[in-house]
Amino acid sequence: MSRRPIDRESPDRLYTVTGGRTRADETVFDSVSLIVSECDPVPGMQSEHVKILQIARRPTAVVEISAELRLPVSVVKILLRDLLDTGRITVRHPTALADAGQPAPEILRQVLVALNNL
Amino acid sequence: MKIVIVGGFGVGKTTMVGAVSEIRPLSTEEVMTEASVGIDDPSRVRDKTTTTVAFDFGRITVSDSSVLYLFGAPGQERFWFVWDQLFAGSLGAVVLVDTRRLEDSFYSIDRLEHHNMPFVVAVNRFSEGGPSLDAVRTALDLSPGIPLVDCDARERQSCKHVLITLVEHLTRLYERTPV
Repeated sequence: MSRRPIDRESPDRLYTVTGGRTRADETVFDSVSLIVSECDPVPGMQSEHVKILQIARRPTAVVEISAELRLPVSVVKILLRDLLDTGRITVRHPTALADAGQPAPEILRQVLVALNNL
Repeated sequence: MKIVIVGGFGVGKTTMVGAVSEIRPLSTEEVMTEASVGIDDPSRVRDKTTTTVAFDFGRITVSDSSVLYLFGAPGQERFWFVWDQLFAGSLGAVVLVDTRRLEDSFYSIDRLEHHNMPFVVAVNRFSEGGPSLDAVRTALDLSPGIPLVDCDARERQSCKHVLITLVEHLTRLYERTPV
C-alpha cells in the first residue's frame, strides 16, 4: 500500500476550505449517510461546494464524497453542514439500529440474501 | 449499514474489501485531532501533531434503499479513535489475522469486546500449512462462541463466506438476546 497522503502537499488547504473551522457537529452526518443535492451549483460558490453538489446528484455517501474530493471525512462534514444549513442538500440517514444497538431481524435477512447473491 | 474489517498492516484488508465490493475499493482519510492523541499517552497532548489514518471501503447493494459499506480499518492501537468517529453503528466486524503475526490482533479483539461490537475472526491463509484453527483459537484466547474461519482474502467466494458467517453469528446472537 503506497498511498499518497491527501493532505501532504498543503496542510493549509484543509484550513482554507473550511474557513478555519476544525469541527463539525458529528451527530448530523454519519460516515455512510447519503447526501442528495437539492439544487445546481451557482456562480460564486466555493469550488468544493460545487463539486459536492455535482457528485450528490445521485445519492452519495459521505465517505464516497470524501474519497472523490480527496479531503478527510471530518473536513467534508464541515462543508456538508454549510450546504445543509442553506438547504442545498438533504441527508438520508443510514438504516438505524434499534435502541439496544441491534439491527432488526429483517435487516439481517436482507443482508444475508444480498451476500448470498454476490 | 457498515461492516468493518479490522487487522494489522498488510494482512489483506483491502484485498478482502476489493474481493466482494461492487465498486473498485476507494480510499480516504480521517484526521486525528490533537485532543485524541491523549488516548495513547496523555503526556503527548502538548505535541502539536495530527495523525492521519487512511482507510479503504467498498460497497454491496442490499436493496433499493440500503447499501452495505465495508471498511478496511487498521487495528493498531493508535488508530482506534476512528472507531468512534466513523464506525459507530456498524453491524459487526471481521478481525482478519495473519498467523505469522497473531499478536497484531490482540488489541483489536480486546477493543471489540470492550465496545460490545460482535465479530468473527478470519485467518487469511497466505500459504499452505500454518497452525490449525484450534491452535489459533487457543493463541488468541478466543471465547468458544466466537466464530473462527479460514479464508483467502483474494477469493470472492471465500470472503463472501466470512461475511455470511458474521451475519449468521449476528442473527444467532440477537435471537438469544431479543431487544
